[in-house]
Amino acid sequence: MGKRTMRGETAIIGVGETTYYKRGRSPDAEFKLVIEAILKASADAGIDPREIDGFASYSNDRNDPSRIAAALDIKDLRFSNMEWGGGGGGGSAACAHAAAAVATGLADTVVVFRGLAQGQFGRFGQGARVPHVRGDQAYTAPYGLMSPAQSFAMRVHRLFDDHGITQDTLKACSLASYHHAQNNPRAVMYGRPLSPEDYDASRWIVEPFHLFDCCQENDGGAAMIFVSADRAKDFAKTPVYFLGGAVGSGNRAGSGSHNATDYATSNFKTVAPRMYDMAEVKPEEVDVAQVYENFTGGVVMSIIEHGLTSYEEANDFITFENLTAPAGKMPINTSGGNLAECYMHGLELNIEAVRQVRGESCNQVPDVNVSLVASGPMVTPVSDMIVGSEAVL
Amino acid sequence: MANPPRYYLGEGMPAPAPAIDGLDTEYWEGLKRHKLFVQHCHTCDRPQFGPEWVCHICHSFDLGWREVEGNGRIFSWERVWHPVHPALQDSCPYLVVLVELPNHENVRMVGNLLGDPMQTVQIGAEVRPVFEDHDGDDPYTLVHWEVVE
Repeated sequence: MGKRTMRGETAIIGVGETTYYKRGRSPDAEFKLVIEAILKASADAGIDPREIDGFASYSNDRNDPSRIAAALDIKDLRFSNMEWGGGGGGGSAACAHAAAAVATGLADTVVVFRGLAQGQFGRFGQGARVPHVRGDQAYTAPYGLMSPAQSFAMRVHRLFDDHGITQDTLKACSLASYHHAQNNPRAVMYGRPLSPEDYDASRWIVEPFHLFDCCQENDGGAAMIFVSADRAKDFAKTPVYFLGGAVGSGNRAGSGSHNATDYATSNFKTVAPRMYDMAEVKPEEVDVAQVYENFTGGVVMSIIEHGLTSYEEANDFITFENLTAPAGKMPINTSGGNLAECYMHGLELNIEAVRQVRGESCNQVPDVNVSLVASGPMVTPVSDMIVGSEAVL
Repeated sequence: MANPPRYYLGEGMPAPAPAIDGLDTEYWEGLKRHKLFVQHCHTCDRPQFGPEWVCHICHSFDLGWREVEGNGRIFSWERVWHPVHPALQDSCPYLVVLVELPNHENVRMVGNLLGDPMQTVQIGAEVRPVFEDHDGDDPYTLVHWEVVE
C-alpha cells in the first residue's frame, strides 16, 4: 500500500464572504449570512448551489447543514460534518474534512462554512454570567481566569521566559495585520491604520496582550467550495489545489487546570510536520502564510512551530518588514487577518490563502505557489493546511 | 471608613461547585478544611491534576485523593487589566498565577497571587497556599498563593 495522502486530490473552486461587520452590527440573521456566503462562493465558482452535496464546519457552528440543504433545495445531502473543539482551531480541519470527503467519494461538492452573528447570540470575550461553575472551569473562573485572552496569556509569558522572545514580536504581528487591512476595503479596520506608537500606548487587556494583540469580534459569513481535482478546471476560476492538512495537538493538551505536558506552545509541534509531510512541502518553500491571530503571542508560536523561523532567530525574524507584503521574507495575514479584516473565526484566512494563489489578494505576494494557513493556535485541537497552484502538483 | 475587601477579587464571581458526576467532590470539601488535595492513583502511585475518572499513566480506575503540602513554584503568570465580568469592575489589575508543585511531579493549579498587583512576578519563585473562605448559602474555599520571602 502506498502512502496515504490527499495531496492534489481536490481543489477549491469558489470562495464567498458577506460584508464583514463589527460584532452585533449585522442587519441579517446568522443563518442568512451563511446562505449568502454559500451563494457567493457558488457564483464565484460558476456552479449551481443545488449541486452542493456536503458541508463541513467547526466550533459548534449553529447553522445545521440539514437546514441549509433544505433552504437551498439541495438535491442529495451526502456529508454533514463538524470538527469538535472551540475557537478557530478547526478552520483548516474543516477544509481537510471537505477534501477527505471528496477524495474518498463520500461526496462530490463540499462547502466549508462559518457564520457568526454575535448580536443574535453571545460574545466570546466575556466571562460567563452564571452563579456556579463546575468541572474544569471551577479551577479557573473563580480566580478571574475566564476569557480566551486570560486563558492564553500565561502561555506567552512562559514562552518569553523559556526562549528570551520579546514583546516586539507580538507588536510586529499586530502592525502587519493592520497595515494589510489598509489596502482591503472589505476589512473592518480599513481606514484605521495602527502606528507603533498607537500600539505602545494602547491599554493592556491582560499582560502581555495589549488591546491590539487581541482579535476583533465580528459578524459575517464565509464559505469555500471543494471538488475533485478531476473536474476542478470545469469552473469559472483557476483552481487552487489542496496539498495537505493536519489536525490535532500534543500530549494531554486538553488536560484540566493548565496541565498540558508542553505548555508554551501553539499546539502545532506535532501537527505541522504531518501537514508538511502530506503536502510534500518544506517550510522554506512557503510563499505566504495566514496565521490565525486570536492573540499575537499565538502567531509567534505558530510561525516558529511551522519552521518559518526558530526560537533563536525569532526576535530578529518576526519584524514588521519581514511580515508584510509584497517584499517581506514571510508575509502573513495579507488581508488584515482576525485583527483587522474580520474575526470570521479564521475562515477569512483560508479564503485569503486561496486568493494569494489565484493572484487576487489586495496585498498580493508575487508568484505564490505555496500558501499556508495555521488555524487557532493554543486551543485544542488546532489545524493547518497548505494550498497551491497547479505548478506544484 | 469602608471595610477592607473580604476577598482578593470582587464579590459576585462565579462560585466553584463540585462536578455533577462527583469527580472532584473531595477536592472542594478538602479546601473547606484548608487542606489541599491532589488526585492520586492507588495502582501506580502517581499524582494527577486536573482530576479524571481514569489514571492517564496506567489507566487504573482505582483513584483517590491525597493531601499535599503546598510548597509551590510559579510556572507562569498574567496581570489582568480588563474586567470581563461585572464582579471584576473594581478588581483590576489583579494577578493570576499558574503554580506547579515540585514535590508532586509538577502538577499545576491556577490561583491568584496575593500582595501588590503591580509586584514583579518571577517565574520560578517559591509560593505557599493561602485559603480564602467564602460564606453564604453555598460556602466554598479558594486557594490563593503568596510569595515565600
